Amino acid sequence: MLKPRDEAEVAEIIAATRGPLEPLAGGSKRAIGRPVEGEALDLGALRGIVDYEPEELVITARAATPLAEVEAALREHRQRLAFEPPDWTALLGTAGQATLGGVIAANASGSRRLSVGAARDHFLGLRAVSGRAERFQAGGRVVKNVTGYDLPKLLAGSWGTLAVLTEVTLRVHPLPECERTLVMAAREPAQAVRLMGAALGSACDVSCAAFAPRLGVALRLEGFAPSVAARSRALLEALDEALDEAVDEAAAEALGPDAGAAEPHWLEEESSRALWHEVGGARALARYPIVWRVSVAPSDAPRLLERIAPEDYLLDWGGGLVWIGATRADPERVRGALESGHAMLFKAPREVRSAVPVFEPLPAALAALTARVKAAFDPADRLNPGRMS
Amino acid sequence: MICFPEPDPAILARRPAILAALRDAFPDLAIIDDTLRLAAYETDALTAYRQKPLAVALPDSSRQVARLLAFAYREGLKVVPRGAGTSLSGGAIPAADALIVGLGKLNRIVDVDWANRCVVAQCGVPNLAITHAVAERGFYYAPDPSSQIACTIGGNVAENSGGVHCLKYGLTTHNLLGVELVLPDGELVRLGGRHLDSSHYDLLGIVTGSEGLLGIVTEATVRILKRPASARALLIGFAAAENAGACVAAVIGAGIIPAGMEMMDQPAVAAAEAFVAAGYPLDARALLIVELDGPRAEVDDLAARVTELARAHAATSCRASSSEAERLAFWAGRKAAFPAVGRLSPDYYCMDGTIPRRELPRVLGAIGRMSERYGLRVANVFHAGDGNLHPLILYDANRPGELERAEAFGAEILELCVDVGGVLTGEHGVGLEKRDLMPYQFGAADLSVQRRLKEAFDPDGRFNPGKVFPLLHRCAEEGRVHVHRGAERFPELPRF
Repeated sequence: MLKPRDEAEVAEIIAATRGPLEPLAGGSKRAIGRPVEGEALDLGALRGIVDYEPEELVITARAATPLAEVEAALREHRQRLAFEPPDWTALLGTAGQATLGGVIAANASGSRRLSVGAARDHFLGLRAVSGRAERFQAGGRVVKNVTGYDLPKLLAGSWGTLAVLTEVTLRVHPLPECERTLVMAAREPAQAVRLMGAALGSACDVSCAAFAPRLGVALRLEGFAPSVAARSRALLEALDEALDEAVDEAAAEALGPDAGAAEPHWLEEESSRALWHEVGGARALARYPIVWRVSVAPSDAPRLLERIAPEDYLLDWGGGLVWIGATRADPERVRGALESGHAMLFKAPREVRSAVPVFEPLPAALAALTARVKAAFDPADRLNPGRMS
Repeated sequence: MICFPEPDPAILARRPAILAALRDAFPDLAIIDDTLRLAAYETDALTAYRQKPLAVALPDSSRQVARLLAFAYREGLKVVPRGAGTSLSGGAIPAADALIVGLGKLNRIVDVDWANRCVVAQCGVPNLAITHAVAERGFYYAPDPSSQIACTIGGNVAENSGGVHCLKYGLTTHNLLGVELVLPDGELVRLGGRHLDSSHYDLLGIVTGSEGLLGIVTEATVRILKRPASARALLIGFAAAENAGACVAAVIGAGIIPAGMEMMDQPAVAAAEAFVAAGYPLDARALLIVELDGPRAEVDDLAARVTELARAHAATSCRASSSEAERLAFWAGRKAAFPAVGRLSPDYYCMDGTIPRRELPRVLGAIGRMSERYGLRVANVFHAGDGNLHPLILYDANRPGELERAEAFGAEILELCVDVGGVLTGEHGVGLEKRDLMPYQFGAADLSVQRRLKEAFDPDGRFNPGKVFPLLHRCAEEGRVHVHRGAERFPELPRF
């Protein structure tokens, strides 16, 4: 295993070696993507917070800084990463500590992605080493920045295939004064998506919206106390109208007798946070060997579920993120049911991930452009070759 | 002094043949090639620089854009995309050997999708027209650049436009779900859609803010939001910029994200007050406008909290709007700041850097000293919440050397922004204007990485030549002409 001590050594190693490399640190997301045959490039030594300025709402840390360390430092100043990096270890059944660089490389965003954006939207700047062994920086330490291409966007979610991140700068947000979640019955996905749509289309600033058969619809409010109180009332009013709309009885029947939750009720503070930790990490699906993560237009989610008829599922992002739990991968069925968006085989045994395209296959013109972008950074295909196929 | 890239003499020599071939291939395409009408396209809102293009084509569909770009690809023609031409950084300024592709005819709202809370619009739809299309149900499109009555959504994508409210609601990139894009070889692709996030590399994120260097966006899908139930503005005066800066930090530090937080220095306040009589306190060395929006209860609660913070930071005056008319009056002065400053001087040059918020007082002080050294007055307006400065340098282009001094002053301000940990441009783009300053912020390797990314899209470097990257080749003669009082482009647009 290669263990660089700093960015200069990362560049030296890339320059001095020839074969494929697998950049990693905590390894918590190593089981995601097509398995990589390459020598591990252990970035574990590149850790530590470099600069945290609470009053500027910005933090810079070396890529392998454990997420837990970052979150603890932020909590001390009552701040947080607003995109709520999800904890997928239970879902994936993996050990290992998530790191800030890994979160960015996976563009890993939780339920609040819907309202505050993804990891990519909070990623302001970076230092990295390309597959050409070239050290570079991009972006900056300020939010408002249109100087040059927005490379942080490109590197977020590139799964270590373009460059090895060595240092990342993220925007942080203040913790809200209070939070609560409304949980209410929904009899089937179409009704749930309508309810979530009504909530998100209101002026109530709903920060998260999810649905699962055993949970019902969950809607999160965060902010200052008087505001949350006022928005709670307005939210119930906005939902009243949507509730009157018809329910698809057949679809409701298919969900079984425990469909939806009981009476509408509020989860406050800690129980609200605990619920969203579960939802963001899709932990309810942990018992399935196969998990798909599908991003769609929210209104397409009910039809998608109808076509796939999955063993289990979870809707997040107001219906825009569909998690599917299964015992068989069945990519034709899942991808064949897509009217919009893309499906990722998020969790599967290694041999399945070697055989089935893990990431949604691209149309030819985009595949060619994507290959040219990859070559611009990593012409010899050194970094995580094939991982995003 | 910014120069244009040397035009390709072979292309210039072939102009008649190229135009004939273009007309032949596109009998229905609107083409402009006569000197008189080309004059309308020779600059954008960076009026100090002008250049007539080879010709202008005005396609009326995505498909026609694709065919046109395929033609340009075959002919080896350079291309400069153009929306409404309101760029303040020269992003739409032509090159002598380039075809301007004007996109104003692609002006249709394609779909309003209430279920998914998004709008699909052709690239030539003006920013504000999107809000108009969804206002009936109380929705709006959040990014609100000051030129929003004119600037197009395609141009907004190209520039990653912000606006006064981007502190809370984000820039274009945060509100954009997908685009239809024609690549430089004429291939039409879709990035994103009505879903969130990309299945592979975030090419949508790269195209946003790419300043027309990577292709032409022909259609955009943007998120819409429900308009907040209420809004109030606070007008807060301070005896020193330090206090105003500290107050801004305290508001942010308290976890309050105002819809907008603007700051003006005394010269800007005086100019605005003389122009529109907004009721600004003339004794204030720095004035803050803090706008809060949301449910009434939230707005009132936050207005009280901000008022308290203002007092704690030695505000000399603090007024909260008690009616919509008063709120708009508070904004009237700020929105009139540019034309108001324009009355003080025959010409002004608007800068656009971003700095860490805490550096505001220090940078303001330094700008004041530079002003003395260059012998040019300056008025400052800022998007204070996100540290985005707009110093307005006053000069008279009719006095020999004054424009050059104004440009040197501006460059020194932007270099200072970089020195204190900020960036060259917060929202106006690099364009032609700040191209030569790029090496101040980026090292050679950083720029190589960006250049190679450009080549992945546009291997021949034909798209928007001479913009964003410092020129590698010889310059043509300077293309600048003096533009003077009365000749300003888009005098009807508010600029803030």
